[in-house]
Amino acid sequence: MSRFLARIAPQLVTLAAIVVLVTLFFPDFIQISFERGRFVGPIIDVLKRGAPVALLAIGMTLVIATRGIDLSVGTVMAITGAVGAWAIASGYGVVPALLLAMVAGLACGLWNGILVAIIGIQPIVATLILMTSGRGVAQLITEGRILTFNDPAFAFFGSGTLLGIPFPAVLWLLLAVAVTLLMRRTALGMLVEAIGINRAASALAGVNARVLLIAVYMASGLCAAFAGIVATADIRGADANNAGLWLELDAILAVVIGGNSLLGGRFSIAASVLGALIIQTIDTGILLAGFPSEYNLVIKAGLVLLILLLQSPNLAHTWRFLRDEAMRRREPEPELHTRKEIEP
Amino acid sequence: MPMLLTIRSLSKSFPGARALDQVDLDLRAGEVHALLGENGAGKSTLIKCLTGAYRRDSGEIRLDGAAISPGSTSEAQELGIGTVYQEVNLLPNLTVAQNLTFGREPRRFGLVNGRAQREEARRMLSGYGLDIDVGRDLGTYSVAIQQIVAIARAVELSGKVLILDEPTASLDAEETRMLFGVVRSLRDKGLGIIFVSHFLDQVFELTDRLTVLRNGQKIVTEETARLDRVKLIEHMLGRELAEVEDAERRRTDPEAKNRSELIRFENLGRSGLVQPFDLAVHRGEVIGLAGLLGSGRTETAELMFGVRAADSGKARDENGDVACGNPREAIGSGFGFAPEDRKTDGIVADLSVRENIILALQARRGWANPIPRAEQDRLADAYIQKLDIRTSGADKAVGDLSGGNQQKVVLARWLAMNPRFLILDEPTRGIDVGAHAEILRLIHQITGEGMSILVISSELDELIAVSDRIIVVRDRKHVAELTGDDVTTGAIVRAIAADDGAHK
Repeated sequence: MSRFLARIAPQLVTLAAIVVLVTLFFPDFIQISFERGRFVGPIIDVLKRGAPVALLAIGMTLVIATRGIDLSVGTVMAITGAVGAWAIASGYGVVPALLLAMVAGLACGLWNGILVAIIGIQPIVATLILMTSGRGVAQLITEGRILTFNDPAFAFFGSGTLLGIPFPAVLWLLLAVAVTLLMRRTALGMLVEAIGINRAASALAGVNARVLLIAVYMASGLCAAFAGIVATADIRGADANNAGLWLELDAILAVVIGGNSLLGGRFSIAASVLGALIIQTIDTGILLAGFPSEYNLVIKAGLVLLILLLQSPNLAHTWRFLRDEAMRRREPEPELHTRKEIEP
Repeated sequence: MPMLLTIRSLSKSFPGARALDQVDLDLRAGEVHALLGENGAGKSTLIKCLTGAYRRDSGEIRLDGAAISPGSTSEAQELGIGTVYQEVNLLPNLTVAQNLTFGREPRRFGLVNGRAQREEARRMLSGYGLDIDVGRDLGTYSVAIQQIVAIARAVELSGKVLILDEPTASLDAEETRMLFGVVRSLRDKGLGIIFVSHFLDQVFELTDRLTVLRNGQKIVTEETARLDRVKLIEHMLGRELAEVEDAERRRTDPEAKNRSELIRFENLGRSGLVQPFDLAVHRGEVIGLAGLLGSGRTETAELMFGVRAADSGKARDENGDVACGNPREAIGSGFGFAPEDRKTDGIVADLSVRENIILALQARRGWANPIPRAEQDRLADAYIQKLDIRTSGADKAVGDLSGGNQQKVVLARWLAMNPRFLILDEPTRGIDVGAHAEILRLIHQITGEGMSILVISSELDELIAVSDRIIVVRDRKHVAELTGDDVTTGAIVRAIAADDGAHK
């Protein structure tokens, strides 16, 4: 447990710092009230609006742990949302609609997984194919319009509450816990890390790298399906062009802010989800703090850069180096002086 | 005779390794000079120092008597040192003419003059006996022609020293003959040619003199005609035959005759990789696989373990066929394989010692059936103790251990599986003397428990010390099997060196 806390400490500290920063500009940020059976407040809003990226980040963490990347998740959100909305609009009912959307997500993941694990296309290229072509598939399903529906049971997945907490927030929290347990209580987590660090060595040790890789992309597709369901249910309509647009980039960013290496290997889903919350807090905070909206993206970029710099091992190294240099300069050695003279 | 190129006391170190140690080399104008040595001997480092790809630490290089110190390959080219690599480093999607004149195209009004370019290219190729259309893409021609085009370009640009780094590795006999014709005519024009190759036949056929490097040191420079193959291989491997033969005390095992057969590989092979071979493995036996680098040693192991698919043959034991078509099947059949390149194929660097040790076992049990943590700790601690793995703890990342300890972790991974047949490819490469002896001791200990082992090694005395019998591999073919008193350094070297006709 202490090891777990140590792993996510940087993300927790960052999140706390951002919350403090936003509260300085907008004191009501941490206000939470209970109205008409549900909690209300900016923080609750962050938990809810952060849901799609948090859900995507769970699957993306696994893919990145295998040294891959999944650029298609935003598009898969659009496809699965369209499938769900189409099923509801066609009168199939909520459960079949949910199942169909999830199957669509798994099928998208299977496609990516086959391209990567069996055909051997680089993940960034393989998933780019679905990223660009998949919106067309979604448009075919919605027949080019925004497919709206009015089914309160399906809408619950976007705007309902459970014990006063928005359902999307409950969903990502439960999924993050479930996937973490699945990874850490079985050997999956270690095997995924092993193929991410050294696929050749793992395969020689008998690890079924192909099947694992496909499974991981399917998991990412399923997470994207959940995100697509949440996004579609929230607006009660499937928008093939805009649902999940650019969210794959936020999901990757969340994983990176979560301290997971893009080179694969050790991963932490909790840290990635915290990364998603950090991004959402920045987004919401900038709006609430009342900055002109044209500054939003610039401020966000600046904050993200700062977070990544502060987390970077290189910076820690440089910092130590500069400190040691400063110490040394206080007690100058003759050698150092001569070198300085040579190098003006 | 004045030397075209002289190298004196050239040294080059990398962190943790001395790649070249006070190496001398003389190259005459008008000679073909072979540069020989096993992998890691320092050949490529020496070439890279010559061509400016590396900066030497110390020493002197003189070309035509003037000290030179090329800082880049293009600088070396301008000085007169051209290089042609095994993988042709030209652009296959440009025409032959464009490749030949690349970077100095004839121009008219600032635009490339295509006709002049092709004429220039034809002029450059004249005298090489090539009748090709210089307007066609280079990639449409065979590798041999591409090699010759690369040589023509190197000679045109440099024109004093030509370095050929394994130029014949991917050529067939006819193409090699054509290339040699070109090399000889260049020699007769007075170029100094350095020829690097693993093919000893070609060295004897083509070169005038040769220099052998071993462990970063120059061992000998000699007229090629005054050496025979056995002597040359002795230089490369560092063994004095007679001396070793006398001193050798092989382990003799009185039970060797009575061992029952465990697995028999029948007619296993893959064209272009290893010619089909038969091999019977007995219980508790150590089989050594000897041969020069690239002879088919590692490939034999890879076929047995299913890393590469065999296109003929199969394995069987007393119960029938044994599946070994891919690593998972082979593991299921009770095989283990510790590969040659520990870093890229053996360890999973960022995982802990514990996780590396249990990896194969866990993969075998399946993801849904995790090895309980207590069991993992027990296994890890047991093998850390048994193999004396030096680590501050089972949870240390294996990448932080020394090479010998990493090798022991890979060994522990397989021992934890309790395989019946374990393949060890270069188990002692790159590890220090102490760990070296321990791993050899372990091999003895394991076989005492009934496991059978196949050891591949370049270290002949190591092979002799551990093996009950030795298979010699040459030119992707199993050419000899030595048992009992025949297992001597001399016999191995003779088998490696034998010409096809000469050997029975």
